[in-house]
Amino acid sequence: MFDLDLWREIFQSINMNRTRSLLSGFTVAFAILLFTILFGIANGLENTFKEAFGTDANNSIVIYPGKTTKGYKGLQAGRQIQFKNEDHEYVLDKFGDKVQYITSKVNRNVIASFKNEKNSYQLRAVHPEYMFIENNKISEGRYINQNDLKNKTKVAVIGRIVNDQLFTKESAIGKYVNLSGIPYKVVGVFTDDEGDNEERVIYIPITTAQLVYGNNDFIDFMHLTYNPEMNSDQALSFGTLITKSLKERFSVARSDQRAIRVRNMAQSTKQVDMLTSGLTVIILVIGFGTLIAGIVGISNIMIFIVKERTKEIGIRKALGASPKSIIAIILIESIIITTIAGYVGLLIGVGVLEWIGPSLEKYFITSPGVSNSLVIGATITLILAGAIAGYLPAKKASEIKPIVALRND
Amino acid sequence: MLKIHQLHKSYPIGDSSLHVLKGIDLNVEEGEMVAIMGSSGSGKSTLLNIIGMLDEADSGEYILDGLPIKNLTEKKAAVYRNKFLGFIFQSFNLINYKNAVENVALPLYYQGVKRKERQEQAMFHLGKVGLADWAKHLPKELSGGQKQRVAIARALAANPKLLLADEPTGALDTKTSHDIMAFIQQLNDEGKTILMVTHEEDIANMCKRIVRLKDGVIMEDVKVTQDRAENYV
Repeated sequence: MFDLDLWREIFQSINMNRTRSLLSGFTVAFAILLFTILFGIANGLENTFKEAFGTDANNSIVIYPGKTTKGYKGLQAGRQIQFKNEDHEYVLDKFGDKVQYITSKVNRNVIASFKNEKNSYQLRAVHPEYMFIENNKISEGRYINQNDLKNKTKVAVIGRIVNDQLFTKESAIGKYVNLSGIPYKVVGVFTDDEGDNEERVIYIPITTAQLVYGNNDFIDFMHLTYNPEMNSDQALSFGTLITKSLKERFSVARSDQRAIRVRNMAQSTKQVDMLTSGLTVIILVIGFGTLIAGIVGISNIMIFIVKERTKEIGIRKALGASPKSIIAIILIESIIITTIAGYVGLLIGVGVLEWIGPSLEKYFITSPGVSNSLVIGATITLILAGAIAGYLPAKKASEIKPIVALRND
Repeated sequence: MLKIHQLHKSYPIGDSSLHVLKGIDLNVEEGEMVAIMGSSGSGKSTLLNIIGMLDEADSGEYILDGLPIKNLTEKKAAVYRNKFLGFIFQSFNLINYKNAVENVALPLYYQGVKRKERQEQAMFHLGKVGLADWAKHLPKELSGGQKQRVAIARALAANPKLLLADEPTGALDTKTSHDIMAFIQQLNDEGKTILMVTHEEDIANMCKRIVRLKDGVIMEDVKVTQDRAENYV
């Protein structure tokens, strides 16, 4: 099959007709270049979008208690609903299969001090699972664990900013920080990608907080993440289901909007999903548009090339070239040019993205780029299109009577 | 060598058609050198193109070296052209991006001859037309006479049975024309059968037989005493 002479013929033709080869190569390279850059920028937009959405688990549901606004089952309006540990257990028992992580929370503001440093921070008393819900990263030490919970130990995990502000000269781990008069041993330092406010936080075990702040089993609110395999519609109905069963549990009227409130991230996830798919559609339109422009370009050039070579085809046929060899010579030449040019366009495109990428951040485009498979796919599409676009005129040319071709000047 | 019987050919022109060849009968023996003459529109080029399998007749018989040429597929026609025929055109028809030796080697390429052997044979034929020193030159670097000699070398390369020349001197000045004719005569002396279309009397007289066409029929078919071209050089 491999015919060295055929390749020699083709490379000679490419080499000796440089203007023609360069022009057709330029069209393809330009199409792939545009495709790469536009796609890359669109991807950059999507990246920005995802980043803006944050790193919190985006499948979370928060349940807050409030005051009833309606009387129900003989109970008066204006009753304060209070969650307790047993409610946490209730949710876990009833919906365990749909829950990924769950934590209860008690929130306080505290004055924290260490030696001469003193500042006000948010105190969150939580279960160990909270770390995953918030997507916190431990930079030193450890997080709150089940032992802390069981023994109601006075340990604290502090945010990076707390660490920087209170422990200016030494490592915080193992030191005792004073939280509103009670000393807690610092066991860990965490960071949070979401920003400084999330790092001005101190975590302690929820059981410790319940002991310290009133010796009860009260919970301020519950925070859970649902099974990530659920789609946003399933998650939304899951949220409704929790609300409904908790309302029954606390004898709250179904129409009461205040007594038990649920903030379900699935709501916004759904909107984000829609925006993302909108963006995907735009990206696809851009991609196909560029590709079609490239296909039209390469088709035109192929028709032109065959026209230009009609006389040569006539000569070759007069000398005994078979129709098949005429098609082969034209097609393979176009495929070679398209492949090389496509690759050049890809390289330039990726290079340009690398080069201008960082400076685009202020235009909401973060790390623009394209996957190699995508661009290679696009190049192959162009090659195929070039082959098809070239085949028809090449076939036609191979069928021209040599006398007609020779007369063509 | 070549037998033609009642050959007809017409070209469609709009709704009507132009009857170009109206029943041609022609026999050419091996070793002949025939000039086909006629004013423009007489059908001489059409006849040559049909003989060269570059065009097809509407009806009639055409037998080349015992092979009936009829309803050929393009593939078959390509093989026959390559095997039996060598072409010399008025406008040379060299491939402009190939140098002289590559042009000469092209018919051998289509015969499937190996590259090295191709190169040797092409150089041999190029040497025969006296252009061995010009082998690496592109057609645009050659004079008209040189181009026609390259074309002749190319026509000879495949060692054809029949050499067809369409106004081979039409684009050349008188002196160069005589040069080329001397060479073609020499080929004929060596035994090649040659068929040539021309409208120049002096060129026709350098052949051994003149066939005159008018309005698609043969008016006259005479053997002549060959006028040797080297007398003019």
